Amino acid sequence: MNLRSPLSSVLGSGSAKEGTEHWLGQRVSAVGLVILGLWFMYSMLLLGKSGFDYPDVIHWLGRTPNSVMLLLLGLTLAYHSNLGIQVIIEDYVHGPFLKVVSLISSKFIHLVVAMTSVFAVLKIAFGAAA
Amino acid sequence: MNDPGRPLSPHLSVYRWPITMTLSILHRMTGAGLSVGLLVLAIWLISAASGKTAYDQVNGLLQSGVGRVLLIACSFAFFFHLCNGVRHLFWDTGRGFEKRQANVSSWIVVVTSITLTLAYWLVIAGS
Repeated sequence: MNLRSPLSSVLGSGSAKEGTEHWLGQRVSAVGLVILGLWFMYSMLLLGKSGFDYPDVIHWLGRTPNSVMLLLLGLTLAYHSNLGIQVIIEDYVHGPFLKVVSLISSKFIHLVVAMTSVFAVLKIAFGAAA
Repeated sequence: MNDPGRPLSPHLSVYRWPITMTLSILHRMTGAGLSVGLLVLAIWLISAASGKTAYDQVNGLLQSGVGRVLLIACSFAFFFHLCNGVRHLFWDTGRGFEKRQANVSSWIVVVTSITLTLAYWLVIAGS
């Protein structure tokens, strides 16, 4: 039995079947961010003691465990933020054109931010920061 | 909405504002705020990777009055989103949905996140 209205059948725009993945991805990244976020806040507390001086920050960023944690933080945060902002746009931005433009812009911006963070951390970790 | 003669289902303005609604909205707002925080983090990292001059400029901005306010807001957003996020994960196990439980957990989140933010900045001020 088909419970959909004739109009909805014709339009054919049903579920994208990606809801579960979105939901689960948000939870799993949230669990990761509990650890990464607390580590970051604690690290900032320690770095703040020396007033965030350039040599200290470069030295701290260049240590392998810190680099790896920052890479994980940047990527997980961008992923989690991407999912969250997507839902906010879907809820509040109306009109098919504006909605699609906002959603695609958000994806692009998140990708740029993630890549920028990764590049910056790797550049420092490999000792290439001026 | 276009036809004022049509009946509307009860909406926001009908209900007495419960604490859980405030928390729900704050979770979104702090989440969006933390997305801006991610942007700041990326700018901070890329400035450090670009050399001392660029880094000192960004760091100077962050250490200024406006920067401090931004960082304090970010830290509160983080602690709030963290606490309320844990509340959400707890809900995902199917527990804590009774009215009283939801109200109590709301206040736990409010008190914990404010306490953590205050403690965090007290430690910074003390060092």
